[in-house]
Amino acid sequence: MKYMLLIYADPVGFAALKPAEAQAAMAAYEAFTTALENEKVLIHSERLRPTSEATTIHVENGKNKVLNGPYVETKEQLGGYFVIEAPDLDAALKWAARCPGSHHGTIEVRPVWKM
Amino acid sequence: MRERDALVGKTAEAVARSSYGKLIAFLAARSRDVAGAEDALSEAFASALARWPKDGIPDNPEAWLLAAARRKSIDAHRRRKRSEGASDHLKIMADELATANDNTVPDKRLLLMFACAHPAVDEAIRAPLILQTVLGFDAATIASAFLIAPASMGQRLVRAKAKIRGAAIPFRLPEPDELRERLDAVLDAIYAAYTEGWSDPAATDMHRRELAGEAIWLGRLVCASLPGEPEALGLLALMLHCEARHDARRDRDGEFVPLAEQNNDLWNSAMIDEAEMHLRRAAEMRAIGRFQLEAAVQSAHAVRRTSGRADWRAILTLYDALWDLTRSPVVAINRAVAIAEIEGAQEGLAVLEAQARDKRLLQYQPYWAARAELLSRIGRIAEATEAYVQAIGLETDPAVRRFLQRKRAALGSDRGVC
Repeated sequence: MKYMLLIYADPVGFAALKPAEAQAAMAAYEAFTTALENEKVLIHSERLRPTSEATTIHVENGKNKVLNGPYVETKEQLGGYFVIEAPDLDAALKWAARCPGSHHGTIEVRPVWKM
Repeated sequence: MRERDALVGKTAEAVARSSYGKLIAFLAARSRDVAGAEDALSEAFASALARWPKDGIPDNPEAWLLAAARRKSIDAHRRRKRSEGASDHLKIMADELATANDNTVPDKRLLLMFACAHPAVDEAIRAPLILQTVLGFDAATIASAFLIAPASMGQRLVRAKAKIRGAAIPFRLPEPDELRERLDAVLDAIYAAYTEGWSDPAATDMHRRELAGEAIWLGRLVCASLPGEPEALGLLALMLHCEARHDARRDRDGEFVPLAEQNNDLWNSAMIDEAEMHLRRAAEMRAIGRFQLEAAVQSAHAVRRTSGRADWRAILTLYDALWDLTRSPVVAINRAVAIAEIEGAQEGLAVLEAQARDKRLLQYQPYWAARAELLSRIGRIAEATEAYVQAIGLETDPAVRRFLQRKRAALGSDRGVC
């Protein structure tokens, strides 16, 4: 089973970190990613740039409606994701709990639609 | 022929009762497709009813049904071979066919219960889902027991099963570090089923009456499967204690009889003794929990059988511990009542009133009934009458409502003397 771990966190928190703290936070993510790789669980992962750089588009009657900003304006924003391979939900949740994002934010675990 | 049909019907019904959950659990354990297992099994039952009158009842009806359900399930997946995951599914089924022993169906019902009570499943639907999948209750029956519209109950059950399958919630015992917490969810669901059944002690609604018995059966199943879990034993003891009073809770006219006024000769001694045995075993494991404490409270009421009076000091100690553990408003009320029994109505009332800062209590019938009782004991009749009016307004069980109305009317006659 493929699962996507979507990391929702308040970007203000990270921005307020001192350089050393920010470095430690990044190191925690690197360690988590290495663990996923070592266990051959990781399929793909990205960190997303802040929602201030987001743009939405919706096509209606052939017209592109382009707007500045994220789809939903909330305090906690999608900041990155991991796609992993896990045998079942419990295994996926276990990985999600190890992800630093589950401590400074919240992780949504979504099964990936099998095509 | 008609006799034979009746026998077939009876046998099918008996197998349905004893094997339904076992067959669903086994059929769905690897695919996690509970809805698919239900469909296959119901088709298997239909062909049993068609075939058995002609071919005779098989020696092992359970194995027959399992084989038939598997064929139906394989057919169903061949039909939608192109859809997601069908080939995985067929492989799983082929593996199972190769490894399964024809005569015994491995019992995976406990694993099914853990899947249904998984934290990823909506808490409110866990008990109904267990009742449906492990016991084979239909959605309409469960809906009537839980006082939910059948259509919406059906929808929520479908959604929960889709979640189990789609998110791949496993059918397996939780890891040791998670077992206690997950088991709590299973026990909560069983207790929810029990209390839904218990709330209709007059058994006017057969579905509800059955619910209590089936919940006890599930409790036994968990205890048998996890004999080292004190809270599972505590829950079983609690349900048995409550069930033991079944015949005493209503008088001959079907009117409500409160615990304090029950004739304890009508209590079921065998059930109480069994409850006590489970509770002692649980206590030996030295890990106290909510269900053990609640069962112990019932046990302290049950000593009335021998001493003539409930052990109120023990009850108070137990409610103190329960209060520390749960902070439940229900516990707060019962604690105040216990204090009233030991120190007097005035003291009990003071504790009760202090608790009423929790506004949840004001929506809760037992708060007003307890308040009314304590007020009447100290002669504050007008306020007691008011409290009974509130209690009557909040009560949904007609028999309990009539009981409260009688209590209120009795106050009125006292006042008439003045």
